[in-house]
Amino acid sequence: MSDTPPPGSFDPDGLDPAIIQAIVSGGIPHYGALGVQFVTAGRNAATLRLPYREDFIGDPETGTLHGGVITTLIDSVCGIAVFMAMGRLLPIATLDLRIDYLKPATAGLDVLAVAECYKVTRSIAFLRARAHHEGTPDDLIATCASTFMLGSSGEVPFPRNAKVPQ
Amino acid sequence: MTLLDAVRRAKETGDATHVVSAIPYFRFLGLQVGRDAEGSFCQLPEDPRLIGNPRLPALHGGVVGALLESAAIVELIMTSEAEILPKTINITIDYLRSARPILTFARGSVTKHGRRVANVRVEAWQEDRAKPVAAAHAHFLIA
Repeated sequence: MSDTPPPGSFDPDGLDPAIIQAIVSGGIPHYGALGVQFVTAGRNAATLRLPYREDFIGDPETGTLHGGVITTLIDSVCGIAVFMAMGRLLPIATLDLRIDYLKPATAGLDVLAVAECYKVTRSIAFLRARAHHEGTPDDLIATCASTFMLGSSGEVPFPRNAKVPQ
Repeated sequence: MTLLDAVRRAKETGDATHVVSAIPYFRFLGLQVGRDAEGSFCQLPEDPRLIGNPRLPALHGGVVGALLESAAIVELIMTSEAEILPKTINITIDYLRSARPILTFARGSVTKHGRRVANVRVEAWQEDRAKPVAAAHAHFLIA
């Protein structure tokens, strides 16, 4: 059993987390390059995991991860939390992202990122996110405040033919 | 070679490549550094692995963020009088345009170099320097 509880309850009328799982595991090239894993998604929230890899080290003496890879994980989980809050997949774009690095990630440990979309207006979604290691949700590696544009002119970020498991 | 050795070498030679090649995540991204009359800059060559939205297509926003943070660190290391290993305190990224999956540049400028903290602004662009795809400002602990 996972020791990180789902951050939001599942809304049966909302977006099926299986759709998100399918996107994370197959639809986005950079997720594949990083090995990002889907953990859970709820009513307006989501959790992703980044398995530790030496490729992502920012300081070779300590083995701690580079901030840039934490930024990528947090940007990703925020986008998914927007989809969950909207209850559908729609074109979105990150407007801004402020990340505070509270402590270095510990070498060898996976990182979990949790995002909550706490307000949605006609055009903008407002989010908070945090990153921590498994089992220590209060010992934060990073926190984030971000906003996303809704219905940006782009396309939903996954291939049209992405396979969604039944 | 330790990271501080790499910083020392980069400052002696004026070539930030020494720093980039010492950091595994920079190698993973394929980050490169260049130098012109304005100073050092970073560039990220075209690479399909860095795509975050295959439908547009667009670079992953996190990769653009990583490029900005990297360019800020490189600028700080190369322009600081001392040999420093900047630690990122925070970074605020504004996404200005969709970044296409093509060669992308970033250059930082140090707004203030204090005793313990440095403030750095940084911009990323693609084909047209006048149309940045993203901008950021960041604080670094340098002591």
